[in-house]
Amino acid sequence: MGLKEKLHTFRVKNQDKKWFPVFSGFHTFLFTPNEITHHGTHVKGADDLKRTMNTVVMSLIPCLIFGMFNTGYQHYLALGEIDAVTGGFFGSGFWTWDNFILGFWKILPLVLVSYIVGLAVEFVFCVIKGHEIEEGYLVTGMLVPLIVPVDLPLWMLAVAVVFGVVIGKEVFGGTGMNILNPALTIRAFLFFAYPTWMSGDKVWVHGAVDSAGAADAISGETVLGFLAQGNTTDLAQKYDLADMFFGFIPGSVGETSTLLILLGGLFLVFSKIASWRIMLSAVIGSLTMGLIFNGIVAAEWIPEYSKFYSLMSFEYWQHLLVGGLAFGIVFMATDPVTGSQTNRGKWIYGFLIGFMSVMIRVFNPGYPEGVFLAILLMNVFAPTIDHYVVRGNIKRRMKRLKNATIYPKVSGEVEALKTETV
Amino acid sequence: MLNLPAIFHNTKVYNNMSKDIRIKKGLDINLVGAAEQTTSKAVLSNVYALNLDDFHGITPKMHIKQGAEVKAGEPLFYNKNKEEMQFVSPVSGELVEIVRGARRRILSLKILADKTQEFVQHKPLDLAGADAEAIKAFLLQSGAWPFVKQRPYDIIADPDATPKAIFVSGYTTAPLAAEADYILSGKEEQLQAAITTLGKLTPGKVHVSVGKSGNSPLTQLDGVTVHKISGPHPAGLVGTQINKIDPINKGEVIWTVSPQDLIIIGELMLTGKFNAERTVALAGSIIKAPKYYSTKIGAEISTFLYASGVNQDKYRLINGDVLTGSKTHPEGHLGFYNNTVTAIPEGDDYELFGWNKPVFNKVSTTRALTFSWLQPKKKYDLNTNTNGEHRAFVVTGQYEEVFPMDIYPLQLLKACMVKDLDEMEQLGLYEVAPEDFALTEFICISKQPHQQIIREGLDLLHQEIG
Repeated sequence: MGLKEKLHTFRVKNQDKKWFPVFSGFHTFLFTPNEITHHGTHVKGADDLKRTMNTVVMSLIPCLIFGMFNTGYQHYLALGEIDAVTGGFFGSGFWTWDNFILGFWKILPLVLVSYIVGLAVEFVFCVIKGHEIEEGYLVTGMLVPLIVPVDLPLWMLAVAVVFGVVIGKEVFGGTGMNILNPALTIRAFLFFAYPTWMSGDKVWVHGAVDSAGAADAISGETVLGFLAQGNTTDLAQKYDLADMFFGFIPGSVGETSTLLILLGGLFLVFSKIASWRIMLSAVIGSLTMGLIFNGIVAAEWIPEYSKFYSLMSFEYWQHLLVGGLAFGIVFMATDPVTGSQTNRGKWIYGFLIGFMSVMIRVFNPGYPEGVFLAILLMNVFAPTIDHYVVRGNIKRRMKRLKNATIYPKVSGEVEALKTETV
Repeated sequence: MLNLPAIFHNTKVYNNMSKDIRIKKGLDINLVGAAEQTTSKAVLSNVYALNLDDFHGITPKMHIKQGAEVKAGEPLFYNKNKEEMQFVSPVSGELVEIVRGARRRILSLKILADKTQEFVQHKPLDLAGADAEAIKAFLLQSGAWPFVKQRPYDIIADPDATPKAIFVSGYTTAPLAAEADYILSGKEEQLQAAITTLGKLTPGKVHVSVGKSGNSPLTQLDGVTVHKISGPHPAGLVGTQINKIDPINKGEVIWTVSPQDLIIIGELMLTGKFNAERTVALAGSIIKAPKYYSTKIGAEISTFLYASGVNQDKYRLINGDVLTGSKTHPEGHLGFYNNTVTAIPEGDDYELFGWNKPVFNKVSTTRALTFSWLQPKKKYDLNTNTNGEHRAFVVTGQYEEVFPMDIYPLQLLKACMVKDLDEMEQLGLYEVAPEDFALTEFICISKQPHQQIIREGLDLLHQEIG
């Protein structure tokens, strides 16, 4: 008896057990179920939710692997043990075994904690409610380690994941029912619960926290943090544009490489899993806001000593290269559950995400980043946007109604006559 | 890139006079086993049956008792809510069984056919002189009325209503469905009589749509407004055509008739006989020699199924096409409205890593390691596996790609699920039938039962608003 038959017998035997959803969850990962159609269409398309989620996870893998190399690279670079990478994306000094090993052992625990804690919460809820395990957490579990700083303590991550999954998702009824993006809820929880940790300039490079105050202290500042300190002119000396585009800069684990995010985004658009409308309009939105800020600087409406000056004067399109903007636009804003659901709504929703992201990024006094706040904000407003888009369709239908050709029922008159005679 | 035409597309006012309609959104599901265009005469069935599920929402009241003799065209039962509406026997013979289900609900009526068929002979109506009421009375009494269906609600037409237009779709796009052009050829006389009859029932137009590149006898008829349609499924569905030609508003009524039923109506008008004969496509990858059969409504499917042969024992037999048909078995009977019988493989097997490995042998609208986009013309041998489990709605924007109506499909489905009558009305439930949601159901990543959701929504709306 092969594995397939063994599992089938086991499945049939234990169908009424309380833990059945957990077994079923694992079983369906190994084998697509033998379920057949009963009502409605007798054949079904090839895609299911697992495939969809898996496609997103696949598009995140390059960012994850890059993040591992970058973690090591930033660490050794800050220590002064290696020189800055030269020679393009595949330049020497970056794709080294040392960099990878260090990053691998730093990031693997983040991934494991994210998945194990998150899935454990899901399993508990599935067993309590007796429903199937839905695949939403596959993507969330991969997103979370990519949007946190590398030196985040694992216990903080675990607490945040529990909070994010329970409050962000399960209380609304699980996958497909949530209002806020669970991964961003986790990120926001970390930000607001441990602000000194999350908004400091130390956590972004491995080792920076431990060495703080020591003679050989290393800095772990992100580009945005650097700018927020007012270092406008020095930026070019520290990082050039290629560094920012390729991702050789400090930041959350998976958000730094705009190049790989772009490739992941193109894959998602090509595979028709994520909405190109949201991505494109979010890029347009962020460029618009960046241009407005550049314009304000050019018009000299803001003095050079203003604390917003350096971020406002940051070249408008370079906002897309630093921080989590690109990552947020490609992988978070496009979440179909929490985003706008109508095609026209997606244009508005995406634009506002880009627009607000850059605005919050510039004006946020505590922490120079705004993508996750902008997306969460728009998550809340997405149903409102859809409401007005759908109203447009309803209005058209109502307008048509004015010219409706409605004939009275034939027997209506007959019945009226009958009642008269009675 | 901004896709402006798509944005303004919705606001476009459709010109009623337009003759050419091109549907862009949709999906052709090309399956193996299309019926070859030759017709054989099916072996005569011993037993014929009317399946009461075919008449949605009708409460039957029997005219005759089990064991009674009937002629072809003689009423078996009538609609409890509309006593004039008769449902007649397709053949002459003995009513051998009234199959009942829970609470004595009648499931089907079985008639053992006589060797020589006797017909009820109606006095043919003088079409030129008859008015709408006379025609309605004639159709109701002769048993042809149930062929006329109405929107809203996708039920048998209410004879008391006056439709603003009547629609007939002569364009076939459903997978493996009987080609209208083929089954109608040579029936011009009957078709004309039926169209003339229907034309008297509406002050509006009789819209007939045909394939743009087809060769339909419907184009030659008098008294019709012909529309040439092109594009993928669901371009051939009458609901799509109504939405593009003359959409239904609240309070309006549109009647629809399938083209193959026009033949029966037409023959009845010409000869006074209800002749239940029909050309049926037997198709699907299971069938050894897929082709057309001439048989009668209610005939046992085995009478022609085994003439073509099946190439395996375990298969799904469908009364209708793969998207909208109902499950049956060789001893089952041809449905009242069906002219297609499909047999496809059952898919009750597990598939190792079916959710992540590249897929070449299934149809998909995405490109998530699914490769049907590479070969749009390839014919597929799909089985009945669901290819995944039932989930909550997650993905957005995909239904819209295969749904050509000016309606938000996801929002309408959700309105039906939460039973929000106002939303259902405002979002366009009056305009749709379950079959219009078959394609969205086919591609649904969450494997939601769209057609069932819409059916329940329509029933609720009908019950509450009437």
